[in-house]
Amino acid sequence: MKCFIGIDLGSTTTKAVLMDGNQHILGRGITNSRSNYDTASRVAKQEAVVDTRMTLCRRGLAGAAGLEDGLDDFLGELERSFRLEQFLDQLGDLEATCKTQITGDRFAGVEKEVDAALVAIFDELRDTAPALFAPGAKRKSDFFRDIAGAHYLQVAEKVAKEAGLPYELLLNVYDKSIIDVENRPPSEDLTGKFVDALVRVLAATSGDGRDAGDIEQRVKDALAIELEETFVVGTGYGRVTLPFSKEHIRSEILCHGLGAHMMYPKTRTVLDIGGQDTKGIQVDASGIVENFQMNDRCAAGCGRYLGYIADEMNMGLHELGPMAMKSTRSVRINSTCTVFAGAELRDRLALGENREDILAGLHRAIILRAMSIISRSGGITDQFTFTGGVAKNEAAVRELKKLVQENYGDVTINIDPDSIYTGALGAATFAHRAVEDGAAREGVQA
Amino acid sequence: MSTKPQAAQTEVAKDDSMLKQKTMMAGHYERLTSAKETGAKTCSTFVPGNLNELIMCFDLLNNLPEVNAIQAGLRKKSGLYVMESEKLGHSEDVCTYVKSDIGMMAKGNLAPNGKALPDPDVLMLSYTGCFTFMKWFELLREQYKCPTIMLHTPYEGDGKITANMRDYMVKQLKEEVIPTLEEVSGVKFDIDRLREYLKKSALAEDDLVHVLQSAKNKPSPIDAYFGGIYYIGPIFGAFRGTDDAIDYYRTLREEVDARVAAGAGPVTPDGDMGPEKYRLIVEGPPNYTSFRDFWKMFYDEGAVVVASSYTKVGGVYDLGFRHDPDNPLESLADYCLGVYTNRNLPQRVEMLADYVEEYEADGLLINSIKSCNSFSAGQLLIMREVERRTGKPAAFIETDLVDPRYFSPANVKNRLESYFQMVDQKRASATASGVAA
Repeated sequence: MKCFIGIDLGSTTTKAVLMDGNQHILGRGITNSRSNYDTASRVAKQEAVVDTRMTLCRRGLAGAAGLEDGLDDFLGELERSFRLEQFLDQLGDLEATCKTQITGDRFAGVEKEVDAALVAIFDELRDTAPALFAPGAKRKSDFFRDIAGAHYLQVAEKVAKEAGLPYELLLNVYDKSIIDVENRPPSEDLTGKFVDALVRVLAATSGDGRDAGDIEQRVKDALAIELEETFVVGTGYGRVTLPFSKEHIRSEILCHGLGAHMMYPKTRTVLDIGGQDTKGIQVDASGIVENFQMNDRCAAGCGRYLGYIADEMNMGLHELGPMAMKSTRSVRINSTCTVFAGAELRDRLALGENREDILAGLHRAIILRAMSIISRSGGITDQFTFTGGVAKNEAAVRELKKLVQENYGDVTINIDPDSIYTGALGAATFAHRAVEDGAAREGVQA
Repeated sequence: MSTKPQAAQTEVAKDDSMLKQKTMMAGHYERLTSAKETGAKTCSTFVPGNLNELIMCFDLLNNLPEVNAIQAGLRKKSGLYVMESEKLGHSEDVCTYVKSDIGMMAKGNLAPNGKALPDPDVLMLSYTGCFTFMKWFELLREQYKCPTIMLHTPYEGDGKITANMRDYMVKQLKEEVIPTLEEVSGVKFDIDRLREYLKKSALAEDDLVHVLQSAKNKPSPIDAYFGGIYYIGPIFGAFRGTDDAIDYYRTLREEVDARVAAGAGPVTPDGDMGPEKYRLIVEGPPNYTSFRDFWKMFYDEGAVVVASSYTKVGGVYDLGFRHDPDNPLESLADYCLGVYTNRNLPQRVEMLADYVEEYEADGLLINSIKSCNSFSAGQLLIMREVERRTGKPAAFIETDLVDPRYFSPANVKNRLESYFQMVDQKRASATASGVAA
């Protein structure tokens, strides 16, 4: 099967979208952007491939005996089981890496004890891993670093105490290892992991009236479909680090414009609030960018600003929007300058304003700034699409809707649940077009 | 104005004109910095609407603080000067030409040759398109306590020079400017000497226009923005009216003609530019502290600037203006009134839209300058209007003149690449609809 892949190497997250020759999205992948963009793009791409395999499994399992009503549940189990396999694989890598760090003066005389402590820690991490991927399990993050890190630190404290070792020693081993593990390209053996995952799921669900042999065959058929990487296009701030030639690279402004067009063909104005910049983009009926404006010189009011505010308030980034939604009255925050906003925030807190109302004011300040950038790019024309990670923030969306209504009246506002993938979708579409246009040119020449 | 970027990493053969300009500029700075020993007197003035021919009539040397700031920018010294100025109390938002100049004075006022520039004997402001310039000269007057001539140039608000405006300026020249210059220099004004200089100016101006308009060729043999900044150096600065300028522009013209004949593109700091992929019109001054990196972002992509408004701040010769020896004072008045920055927005829009058409450009790019309200005001409006009239895409980037803190390479490159790709898309869709039709 011919595949077209778009990779958006953003400052915070790296996203990938995989589409087929009919421009149907088969899979999406996301990872946190690390210092090593190369690895981030490979991980995101692999995640998109995993998602694609799930799509193909869904197609393959349609109509399988015993799954008529339970297909979604079964696929959910399969994916969780696969994630567990993946997690265990990386955990093994982390353990092996940790063991290589037990050298030098700090460990003199306690090498054996530290080694034994590591075995104890990783045994427990492996034992508790299935619970992390059980149905309904809540995780703060889906990234290995976050999940493994939190648990390691927790278990290490206990193990250190029991073994009479300094906790810092075990911490040090982990700190030195996690970066290596994170920056190592993931193992490419997806099929093996899927098969192992499937065996586990089938064993756990035997006797449900399912034809295990048939299901296994259908999944294996889905896994056997060759995914031919026909053309890859990269975008985002890390795009220059991709080992691609120039024709494989597009600016994220064009990718967000085209991606938004693919999601909503009637879009004429696009707002993208990314980690580093905010863009107001005007596109024509074919998704071609007609004009754009970006924030200048500082990232005031960008996604990073929210990250900063979250840090200031000692909260998770994803908790900001929901908390702001609880606001009952508006507090005016004038500044989108990150540092000034921090000052205003402290000032308001000191004056006794509640956090919900202050956060609502901060969200409004960001959107006010975005409105200025949009107006500089030519204003809002029906339909209007909001893309980027901040589009998932309901408080930002609420303020945006209010301000768009006040300034431009009734225009359709599109926000896709997969808005974070808009840039990668645009890139994948460019990849598809590159091949299509090439074929068209060859056709003309012939 | 010698605006040579840092020495090229790879040695590129220098054209005769480049070597000549280098010698001319070195000589000029040598004359200025040895003024004390030679007894020469100096006049500080500005580039837009400067009266070099008149200054020469009084044996005064022309010193241009703006050019000194540009030189400091290119030589990576302006950042220090700007901060020195801020220490002295000038706000972050003030024109960085001013701050670089003020900071440079505080640090010994060294010319590019490493010697101190002399205190001016007279300050002459002949241009008021930018009110900051008036404040700048008030600061210099405070510093040097020397006579200051403020030649008021009416803004071309209605888009034309009226007889009244011209008479008003000639009156000032006769009653204020010339008598003060006579007094400062001790030299009697001789109008025939002025006529002689103006005649020479016009000759050099003819060749400059020929060079600038050579960009109508495909490929363009010159870059009319980055390269153009070299070309306008002598004529916008201290050489208009001299034999040196005539020689320089004649040599340059011959070189450019040879490039056209050979079908060659522009010369860049890295040698000849590759194939011409994009033809752009640029509005606004460049960034000087990252001049070479900025230019590289263009030529690496095969983008050549075929016309720019910045190369008209010291005179719009390509629209027909020439210094006229038969009407010397009127001609000086028309010159001051007509420079690009003294023109109103409709005139600027018309000029840029015409350039897009005449030079068969792919579109307009605006470089908006953070610390220059005068140049930047109305630029978004200009952009929209030029887009509307030409149907060609436009884009907006933001940098600063000589403050290195306001040049964000990642941001600028991102916008430029997006713009070039936008041009590609536009072309592809135009071709597609052409095929469909």
